[in-house]
Amino acid sequence: MNVTAADWSAQPQPIWRTHPKHWPDIWRRSIQARIVTGTLLMSTLVLILVGWVMMSQVTDGVLESRRTSAQAEVRAQLAQLSITIDAANRNTINQQLSELVLGSNRPGLYDVLLVPTDQAASNAIRYTGLVDSDSIPEALASSVMSDDSKLWDTYTEINYRDAPGVPGLVIGSQIRINSTGDRYAIYFLFPLTAQQETLDVVQRALVTAGLLLIVLLGAVAWLVTRQVVTPVRMARRIAERLAAGKLEERMQVRGTDDLARLAVSFNKMASNLQRQIRRLEELSRLQRRFVSDVSHELRTPLTTVRMAADLLHETRDQFDPISRRSVELLQNELNRFEELLADLLEISRFDAGAAALDLEDVDLRDIVSRVLENHETLLHRKGCEVQLDMPEPCRAKVDSRRIERILRNLIGNAIEHSEGLPIRISTAYDEDAAAVAVRDHGVGFRAEEAEMVFSRFWRADPARARTTGGTGLGLSIALEDARLHGGRLDAWGSPGDGAYFRLTLPRRPDTALTGSPLPPRPPDATRVVTELVDVGAPYQKLSGGEDR
Amino acid sequence: MADGNRTMRGRILIVDDDTALSEMLSIVLRNEGYDTYLVATGDKAVPAFREFKPDLLLLDLMLPGMDGIDVCRAIRAESGVPIVMLTAKSDTVDVVLGLESGADDYVVKPFKPKELVARIRARLRRMDEPGPESLTIGDLTIDVAGHSVKRAGETIQLTPLEFDLLVCLASKPWQVFTREVLLEQVWGYRHAADTRLVNVHVQRLRSKIEKDPEHPEIVVTVRGVGYKAGAD
Repeated sequence: MNVTAADWSAQPQPIWRTHPKHWPDIWRRSIQARIVTGTLLMSTLVLILVGWVMMSQVTDGVLESRRTSAQAEVRAQLAQLSITIDAANRNTINQQLSELVLGSNRPGLYDVLLVPTDQAASNAIRYTGLVDSDSIPEALASSVMSDDSKLWDTYTEINYRDAPGVPGLVIGSQIRINSTGDRYAIYFLFPLTAQQETLDVVQRALVTAGLLLIVLLGAVAWLVTRQVVTPVRMARRIAERLAAGKLEERMQVRGTDDLARLAVSFNKMASNLQRQIRRLEELSRLQRRFVSDVSHELRTPLTTVRMAADLLHETRDQFDPISRRSVELLQNELNRFEELLADLLEISRFDAGAAALDLEDVDLRDIVSRVLENHETLLHRKGCEVQLDMPEPCRAKVDSRRIERILRNLIGNAIEHSEGLPIRISTAYDEDAAAVAVRDHGVGFRAEEAEMVFSRFWRADPARARTTGGTGLGLSIALEDARLHGGRLDAWGSPGDGAYFRLTLPRRPDTALTGSPLPPRPPDATRVVTELVDVGAPYQKLSGGEDR
Repeated sequence: MADGNRTMRGRILIVDDDTALSEMLSIVLRNEGYDTYLVATGDKAVPAFREFKPDLLLLDLMLPGMDGIDVCRAIRAESGVPIVMLTAKSDTVDVVLGLESGADDYVVKPFKPKELVARIRARLRRMDEPGPESLTIGDLTIDVAGHSVKRAGETIQLTPLEFDLLVCLASKPWQVFTREVLLEQVWGYRHAADTRLVNVHVQRLRSKIEKDPEHPEIVVTVRGVGYKAGAD
């Protein structure tokens, strides 16, 4: 069968197949890996400790018995020797010493080494079995020299002149030749080859058993954790699917143990979540539906009223002054009512997710010009000057109808709140984004109100805003329009220093915004609100606190 | 309000279940010099249409008895009389469905009376204008004055709107018309309006006059611009 790379990547890879650089990842993400590794490390430590204790006990046992028997042997030999030595005389001492050494030797069991002290007449070192005199450790030699009554022993390596060294036990003592007064150190060297072999066998057995035990413990830990981890992993997978919106997913329940109870609780949670989400979805759907229906249902009677009012409005000159004014008011308020209804419907369309983009490549400057043309009468009435900072074409792929609506709103608001001071419109673009900013020097708003200006039906000052008209939904719709483009709409305001709205749009629909070609605050923003700024009475309370 | 001494400019059948709106429409239209006839349910619309023989039909989309879409289809099956839809919904699906069922134009509630009258006038305008000449485009012969289109002596049935659209395109063959220009010249919109109107009606026109509507040779799409008459 042909297995392509894609097939492989689709399957979960076993740990040993994954690339080493992913191992820290596996360590962090897999409880099982951590537990198995932990178990292996700890059991290795424990086994080393146990092995070490066992090994030293066995060694002690084996060696101690050998030492006891060796000491008994040496004592017996020394007792024999002292008789012989006592009988020796000055002339024969050398001969006798040699014989003595040879005589006490038990080939295969131990070797004897006789070392004369400095005062001894004969300074020849006598030995059997070709043992090397450097087999005697310095410490033992000096101990033997310092005390003439005791037996000294130590474990060391016995070196031979003709063979490699073996581990062994050296027992040493001092002998004194009464006739000459010479003192010699006599050493019995017991090779422990047999014991060493025994211990080697034991050690090998222990190591083999230990390694086997570690492997088995690792396997056991893996199996045991798998029992726990498998349901946990299943729960994770199902939780992920639930989070992805597949609300029907449930865990399998097997038995009645803790894990089964986890599954039962998990399923209960999932069911409750599902029920709640369904309920909220249904509520939200009903509410959106209701807003949409209300807006539509209002349209038919509004059409009738609108037509009747238009008819009356056209013939208003035939009415008395009171009726005429009434008809004018009716007409104006009907206009507002219509705008409000249209905005409500637009909002309900956004809420229902039914808004769609109709993209085309446009120069944002053209839209600004078009909006300014539409606002010409308002500009005239407010006596407001417009400064344009639009040096070069600023093209982007956008829904021009929606962008025009946003800019109509921002520029309209700026003119409304301009207080006769000039407003400034800037455009700029970079690789990914295009931006338009609208700046006025009107009354502005507080920093904490910058987000609230986008709230539905929010008004900076209820007492004043009524006269400026508008539906109270304009900025909410503008924000939704900007978001629909994947763009953003930012507000900056300072009491007495005016407001600044910046619209940033991705130049292509598939790019995400990272920044904006225009600054988040107007470059001409003053940090401190001066008292010279002429603010209307209802806004005086705003100019007090904030000075950003 | 209907002035008896004025000559009636046209007969309009109003199909709407909202009696207040129907009456108001009637008042406004009579004031403008049209003769009106009111029907409140969908199932009475087709018999009333046959009896009253209107020059134009104002049709609400949501009707009791018989849906506005079905009424539209039924009437279009037997007549090419202009149909203007009244709709509370301006969403793409509803509008396109209405246009595809045969409506020539639509007005979204709430509308201003002047707007509606402008739409109606644009649809009835043809009656006022004398036909200039006859045109030939592809293998089609258009008798503008006689209001007929023939291919090899065989008459092709077109609604007045489809006829106007074809004449508009054929009068200046090889010139590309943007959708906005077509909206202005055929539908009478002064401002830019819904270009879906053009798309839907071009499709309908093609289905009648093209040999293979999938590969049009008479009404050709110019990508990114609009339409023109004549193949490349």
